[in-house]
Amino acid sequence: MSERNIIEEYLRMDRIPHIWCPGCGLGTTVNCFIRALQQTKLPLDNISIVSGIGCTGRVAGYLKLNSFHTTHGRAIPFAIGLQLTNPKLKVVVYSGDGDLVSIGGNHFIQAARRNMDLAIICVNNFTYGMTGGQVAPTTPVDAVATTTPYGNFEEPFNLPHLADSVGAVYVARWTTYHVMQLTRAMKEVIQKKGFSFLEIISPCPTLYGRRNKIGDGLEMMKFYKENSEIRNGANTKDVAIGFKGPIICGKFVDKERPTFLENMNQKLSERIPNYKPYNGLV
Amino acid sequence: MTDVAIKKEPRGAVLITAERCKGCGFCVEFCPTKVLSMSDEYNSKGYHFPKVAVPESCSGCDLCGMYCPDFAIFGIRLKKSA
Repeated sequence: MSERNIIEEYLRMDRIPHIWCPGCGLGTTVNCFIRALQQTKLPLDNISIVSGIGCTGRVAGYLKLNSFHTTHGRAIPFAIGLQLTNPKLKVVVYSGDGDLVSIGGNHFIQAARRNMDLAIICVNNFTYGMTGGQVAPTTPVDAVATTTPYGNFEEPFNLPHLADSVGAVYVARWTTYHVMQLTRAMKEVIQKKGFSFLEIISPCPTLYGRRNKIGDGLEMMKFYKENSEIRNGANTKDVAIGFKGPIICGKFVDKERPTFLENMNQKLSERIPNYKPYNGLV
Repeated sequence: MTDVAIKKEPRGAVLITAERCKGCGFCVEFCPTKVLSMSDEYNSKGYHFPKVAVPESCSGCDLCGMYCPDFAIFGIRLKKSA
């Protein structure tokens, strides 16, 4: 075979085949991310990927970029440190729902409140995949997980609404079925300045789809195709996902707000005479 | 009226790394021109992999490459033979 897949130069091919299950949507999101990176034409030295723990956390290990695999839930604090040390770096946090909004939930809301210049890509599969399908803060009511055999009774997070209400400047949601829109959204997330949040609904056939009788990965993708509705600019209050309910996709929020560093430099230069604005240590 | 045989030239091609495939079937399902079908053969891990069933209708859009979670398939556009 003389032709080579263009995405292979962005992957650590010695680690492929990856550990993700057949029908898992994570590989599809990685495909879209690599294509979005190619379209932004950013030098790869100026990009950094930070992941936490979980199935999605392995993305950082498979991408041949400046990637970091951090402790559980602490992807955002690590990324903040990286970004503030070198503000020219574009830091992308690529992690799962269990990592970002359950154990790392407080970091998530604080980073959004301060408007740290981070791109957050949250792959939501409604469950804790790697540890065996326990109930997650995103599991819809009535869904079966290993820890809720009679159906979940906890109200889940509506992630776009959470991000919007704490001050994210960009909020979008797509499923792994919408690969073209997902690639465009990832490009926008990488180029946007400020706390930008992209939620990706991804199938987990082994733990979520099988227990909830949705079927394998392909059946879940068909479910997304039939039950998703594109509503750009929708009020994020209305986009909660119910069990086997419709999935509202689109770009919900795109606004401008000064970032943490801009605010800090402005405030301190007002109050401190001869203040030299901070623009990184390197 | 003379019968003109319309010879359709493929505008693209699909390249498959069968050993890396896990048989999820995304490419077969979502190919816009229905070029692919599932093969009856197995790879060494025991998964069925896709095969090119209708090569002349491939447009080289690379949507299969975007969907494939295992980086095992991709499409290329062919240059028109003059």
